[in-house]
Amino acid sequence: MIPAAFEYHVPTSIAEATALLTRLGDDAKVVSGGQSLIPLMKLRLATPRHLVDINRIPGLAYIRQADGVLQIGALARESDLEDSDLIGTRYPILADTSRVIADPLVRNLATVCGNLAHADPANDHPATMLALGAEVVAAGPNGERRIPVRSLFTGPFTTTLAPDEIIVEIRVPAPPARSGGAYLKLERKVGDFATAAVAAQLTLGPDGACQRAGIGLTNVGATPIEAGRAERFLAGKRPDDAVIRQAAELAAEESQPTSDLRGPAEYKRDLVRVLAARAIRRALERAGGGR
Amino acid sequence: MMPPRTTPEIGGMGHSLKRKEDPRFIRGKGTYVDDVQLPGMLYLDIVRSPFAHARIKKIDASRALAVPGVLAVITGQDLAKYNLHWMPTLMSDTQMVLPVEKVMYQAQEVAAVLATDRYLAADGVDAVEVEYEPLPVVVDPRKALEPGAPVLRTDKKDKKDNHIWHWEWGDRAATDRAFQGADVTVKEDIYLPRIHVASIETCGCVAHFDKVTGKLTVWMTTQAPHAIRTVFALVAGHVGLEEHKIRIISPDIGGGFGGKVPVYPGYVIAVAASVLTGKPVKWIEDRMENLQADSFARDYHITAELAATRDGRLTALRIKTLADHGYADAAANPSKFPAGLFHICTGSYDFKAAHVEVDGAYTNKPPGGIAYRCSFRVTEAVHTIERMADLMAHQLGMDPAEFRLKNFIKPEQFPYRSALGWEYDSGDYAGALRKAMEKIGYANLRREQAEKRQRGELMGIGISSFTEIVGAGPSKHFDILGLKMFDSCEIRIHPTGKAIARFGTKSQGQGHETTYAQILAEELGIPAKDIQVEEGDTDTAPYGLGTYASRSTPVAGAAAAMAARKIRDKARKLAAHLLEAAEEDLLWEPGKFSVKGAPGRAKTIQEIAFAAYTNHPQGMEAGLEAVSYYDPPSLTYPFGSYICVVDVDKGTGEVKVRRFVAVDDCGNIINPMIVEGQIHGGLTMGLAPALYEEISYDEQGNIRGGSFIDYLVPTAVETPKWETDKTCTPSPHHPLGAKGVGESATVGAPAAIANAVVDALWHLGVRHVDIPITPAKVWKLLREHGVTE
Amino acid sequence: MRVEVTINRERYASDVEPRLLLVHLIRDVLRLTGTHIGCDTTHCGACTVLLDGRPVKSCTVFAVQAHGRELMTVEGLEQDGNLHPVQEGFMQEHGLQCGYCTPGMLMTSYAFLRKAKDPTEDEIRLAISGNLCRCTGYVNIVKAIQHAAARLRQGGT
Repeated sequence: MIPAAFEYHVPTSIAEATALLTRLGDDAKVVSGGQSLIPLMKLRLATPRHLVDINRIPGLAYIRQADGVLQIGALARESDLEDSDLIGTRYPILADTSRVIADPLVRNLATVCGNLAHADPANDHPATMLALGAEVVAAGPNGERRIPVRSLFTGPFTTTLAPDEIIVEIRVPAPPARSGGAYLKLERKVGDFATAAVAAQLTLGPDGACQRAGIGLTNVGATPIEAGRAERFLAGKRPDDAVIRQAAELAAEESQPTSDLRGPAEYKRDLVRVLAARAIRRALERAGGGR
Repeated sequence: MMPPRTTPEIGGMGHSLKRKEDPRFIRGKGTYVDDVQLPGMLYLDIVRSPFAHARIKKIDASRALAVPGVLAVITGQDLAKYNLHWMPTLMSDTQMVLPVEKVMYQAQEVAAVLATDRYLAADGVDAVEVEYEPLPVVVDPRKALEPGAPVLRTDKKDKKDNHIWHWEWGDRAATDRAFQGADVTVKEDIYLPRIHVASIETCGCVAHFDKVTGKLTVWMTTQAPHAIRTVFALVAGHVGLEEHKIRIISPDIGGGFGGKVPVYPGYVIAVAASVLTGKPVKWIEDRMENLQADSFARDYHITAELAATRDGRLTALRIKTLADHGYADAAANPSKFPAGLFHICTGSYDFKAAHVEVDGAYTNKPPGGIAYRCSFRVTEAVHTIERMADLMAHQLGMDPAEFRLKNFIKPEQFPYRSALGWEYDSGDYAGALRKAMEKIGYANLRREQAEKRQRGELMGIGISSFTEIVGAGPSKHFDILGLKMFDSCEIRIHPTGKAIARFGTKSQGQGHETTYAQILAEELGIPAKDIQVEEGDTDTAPYGLGTYASRSTPVAGAAAAMAARKIRDKARKLAAHLLEAAEEDLLWEPGKFSVKGAPGRAKTIQEIAFAAYTNHPQGMEAGLEAVSYYDPPSLTYPFGSYICVVDVDKGTGEVKVRRFVAVDDCGNIINPMIVEGQIHGGLTMGLAPALYEEISYDEQGNIRGGSFIDYLVPTAVETPKWETDKTCTPSPHHPLGAKGVGESATVGAPAAIANAVVDALWHLGVRHVDIPITPAKVWKLLREHGVTE
Repeated sequence: MRVEVTINRERYASDVEPRLLLVHLIRDVLRLTGTHIGCDTTHCGACTVLLDGRPVKSCTVFAVQAHGRELMTVEGLEQDGNLHPVQEGFMQEHGLQCGYCTPGMLMTSYAFLRKAKDPTEDEIRLAISGNLCRCTGYVNIVKAIQHAAARLRQGGT
C-alpha cells in the first residue's frame, strides 16, 4: 500500500504551523503521531496534498499538573501516559485508556491530542476526556481558544476546530479527593477498535453520594457520546447496586450503535449497559482508595 | 519415547537440536522474495475489481500510461494473444489470469501496471479507469444451486447451472438401515466459514527472463517449486517456456500453511511481463490483496447425523455437505477425491456404517479452496465428527470423555480399515485421552464446573480426540496432473565425510535444514552439523512435490532414510574392503562399521567416505552418493486428544480459554523441540478460526474481513499458554516410524474449543455454535436462553 | 527531500520523495532487508524498528520524519560478533520458525527488556501484542524473552 504524493512541511513553531495551515487550506493535514492518518493515506482513503508535521516543534511533549489542571501537550505520546507516575497514581482512568489503544508499538508514536483531533468515534480518549470534563486548547492564526471536549465533536472525523487550528494541549481538571475513574473496553483482540467501551469518572461526597459523575461512551454512535442522563441520574445519589444498574441502563439508552462486524446494534447497546455498570463499580472502588 | 540412539554430537533422531536456519533469521539475513533485487528490475502492481460480478466494458489505460515511470498496462486482451488469459486449476477446472469479458469476484485481477518503481506502479493502478456493468451476484452456495440462479461460468459453453460436482463415498444403504434401526440419533448443521492462512509474508515473485539464453528464473513464494515448474511448462510451453528453460527458486518462505501452493494470477502476469520486456519483474501482493484474492480455506456447509445405541455405542455416520468453491474449483487438492480427504470423517471411532456426500458450487467469490494448515478438508472432517461426538454424548447424558473411550478404535484393531475405506496405520486413542485427562485434572474440573453452575457461572470443558491423515501420498490416492506424489532426497558425501543433501520439499518454517540433517545423522552417523540441507531450487534439487499436508516427514523424511540406507550399503562394501573382512561380518553402529568380535577393528563413516574417493575397490565406482524417490505405500495417521477449559463472560459473551492441554502422537519424533513448536503453532491456528477469524461477504459480494482490521489474527494476549504432552505410537510402514505433525493441532483444536463453549452452555439449552465463536454470537445465545448480567 | 539518518550507528543520506515510507527507505533504498513488511494497516509489526530507542512500525512513519534521528534495525543487534541476549534467547528457546516476524519481534523485545528487567509472562505477552506471529503460538517467544531477561540480569549486554 503506497500513499499518494504530497508536499511535506516541517514547521518549528505553532505559529508557523498554523500559518502554513491557513495558507494551504483544505489540502493540508496535520500529522503528529500519524498512526491514524498514515494508514488512511496508505489506503488512499486520505490524499492530502500537503502534510504539516508538527513533530519538530519543541516543548509540546509534556504531561504535567499545574494549578489544579492536568496538562497534556500535543506531542505527548500514548506510551508517555502509560509510563507516567502522575497518570498512574492520579488518573487511573487515563492509564486504563492508554493501555487499550491499538498496540504498544502504535502507542509509541500515537499522541493523546491526536486521538481527540482525529475525531474517530472509535477512538478511546474522547470518552475518557468527556468523563473527566476536559477541555482542549486550540491554537489558530489568531491565537488560542479553549474548547470543552463535550463541544468538540460534530460527527465522524469532524470537529469544531477550524482547518487552521491545532490542538496544542488537553486540560483535565484535577479530580478532588474521593474521586475515581475507570475505562472498560471490549475489543475483539489487541489492536482492534472497541466493540463498545465506557469511561466512568466519579467523585464522592463525604456522605458517600455522587457529587459528580462523568460517563463517556466509545464507538456506539457517530461521535463519542457523553451519557448525560446517566451522569445526572447518578449525581446526588448513593451509588448502590440498584442505582448503578439504573445508571447503566440509562447509558445504554443513550448509545446509538450501528451493526457491523463487531456485532449487532442491540448487542453493543447491551454491552454499554454491562460495561457501564462494571466501570462505575471499578470507579467507586478507586474512589474509595482501591486501585 | 525411546532415548536417542545417537550421541548429542551426532545429533540424530530424538535430540532437540537447535535449528540450523536460526543464525541467519535472528540476524535479519534471511532471503525472502521481496529481498531479491535485480538490476533494472521493474515492478508490477494490479488493478482489482470493486465488483463481485460485472462485465468489463472498457479499460482506459491512458491516464496510467501518462504517469512517468509507468511502462505498460497489461490486460486480459494482451494475454489472450498468447492464450494465457486463462489457466487450468489442479481440479481440472479453469480460472482467469486476467479477464477479457467479466470479473467474478471482488478484488479479482483486472489489469496489471508495469513501472520502474513500486510507488509509480501504485500510482498507475490508481489511474487506470475501468468501466463495469454490474451483473447479478451469487454469494450463497445454496442459492447458487437453486433453479433460476444466474449461471456464473458463462465461459463454459454447456454449463447451465452453478453445480460443479457431486461426490459420495461409503455404503448408503447400510448407513440408512443403521439410522432406521437406531436407538438414538442426533443431527446438526455445521458451517465452517471461509478463512485465510494469512502467513505473515504475503505472496510474490521476481520473474527474470533472460532473452539471450531463453531461460526464465522465478524467485517465488511457493511450497512446491518442482510442481510449479512443470505447471508453467505445461501452460506456457507453447510460447517457448520449456521445462529445462525454467528455474523456480523458492527462497526463504515467511510461512505457507497451504496458501503458497496455488499458482496465482500475479505470478503468471509477472512472468509474462518479464518474457515480454526481457527485464526482471517483481510482484509482491499487499496484505489486502492476500486476504481478498488468494485462495481461501473451508467454506463447507455440513449437515451431519450420528446414530448410536441407547448404551452409547456409535453405529453410523451420515454427512451431506455443500462446498463453496468460489467461481472456480481451484482447490489445492492433489487427491483423487473432489472433497480431498473429507472421508476421514469417521475420525477415531469404530463405525460399522458411514456415508458422505459432497456437492461443489460456484459463487462470486475468489477461487479455492486450499487447506489451512491441514491435509485437504481434514479439519472439516475432524470438526464435524468431534462436534457430533460431543452432541451425542450430551444427548445420551454421558460424559464426553467416557463416551469417546467407549467408542474409540482399539489398539488391537490396527491396521484398521474404516467404514469409508481408509487404512489407519497405528493408534492408541484411549492412551492419549487418558493422558490428557490426567494432565488437566479432568475429574476436578468437572467438579469445579458443577459448583460454578450452582453459582450461575459459566465454565465449559471441551474434548477433541482427533485422527489426522497425512503424508500425501500413495499414488493409489494422489497425483498432481498425473505426477505421482513421491518425494525425494539426494545425498552426496564429500571425501572428508561432510555431506550435502537436497530435497524436493520446501520448508516454510518447519526447520527442514535441521530435521533432515538429523535423519541423515541417525542413519549415517555423520554429525548433523556436518550435513548441509538444501531445497527449493529446481535446478539443483531432485524432483519432489513439495511441502504441504504434513508430508515432509512422512514422504521426504522417508526418502532421506532410504537414500541414506543406500549409502550405508555402499559404505559397508567399502568398509569390508578397508577392513579386509566379509560384509556380513561387519556390525553397524551410528558412525562406524566394526568387525564382529573385534570392536577395535573399525572404520568410521568419515574414513569410509575418504576411501570412496581415494581407495575404493577395483570395479566399484568412486563416490558416495545416493538418491531416493519415495512413493509412500500408505498414509500416516497421527492423532491426539485435546482438552480445553473455557470461562464464558455472561455480560459480554467473551470466551476465555483458561487452559488447553494437547497430547499428541506423531509416532517417532525427529526433533522434540521442533515438534513441540509445530504443535504450539498449530494450536494457535486452531484457536484463530475457533474464536476470531472469518472472511464473509455481503449480498453484493463485498468482502468483509479483507484486511487485518477485521481479519483477526490472534496476538500473544489472546493466545493461551499451550500445555503439551505426547504419546508415541510409531507408524509401522514408515522407515523411521514417524508420522507428520505440522497440522495435527490445527485440525484438532477448533473442536475442543467449540465443544468447551457448548459444554458451558448446554444446561441452558444450547446445542451448537458455529465458529468463529464471537462474543456477539455467545451474547445472543445467552440472551436467547434467558441469561444476562 | 534530503534524509540523513543514523542506522545501527552508521550514517546514511539519501534523496527521497516525502511519501516514501520509512520501511522502504530501510529495505529498498538502504538495502537493510532484515526489516520486513507484513500488512498495510499497522497491525502486524513485522516492520518494527527502533526510532530514537522506541520500537515503532516503520511502515507507518515517513522516511522524511526520521531525518536527523537514530534508528536501529535487527542488523544492529549483534555487536562485535556477539549476539545480543534476545537473539540468543530466540535461538535457544525455539522462538522462531519461518523467521519472517522475527526481526520485528526481536526489536520489540530488545526495547522492552531495557525497561523491564524481570517481566512476568503477562507483561511479556502485552509487550509483544503489536507483533503478529503465525508460526510459533507465542509460547516459545515468551520463553525466549524470559531467557534473554535472565541473561541480561546476569550482566549480558
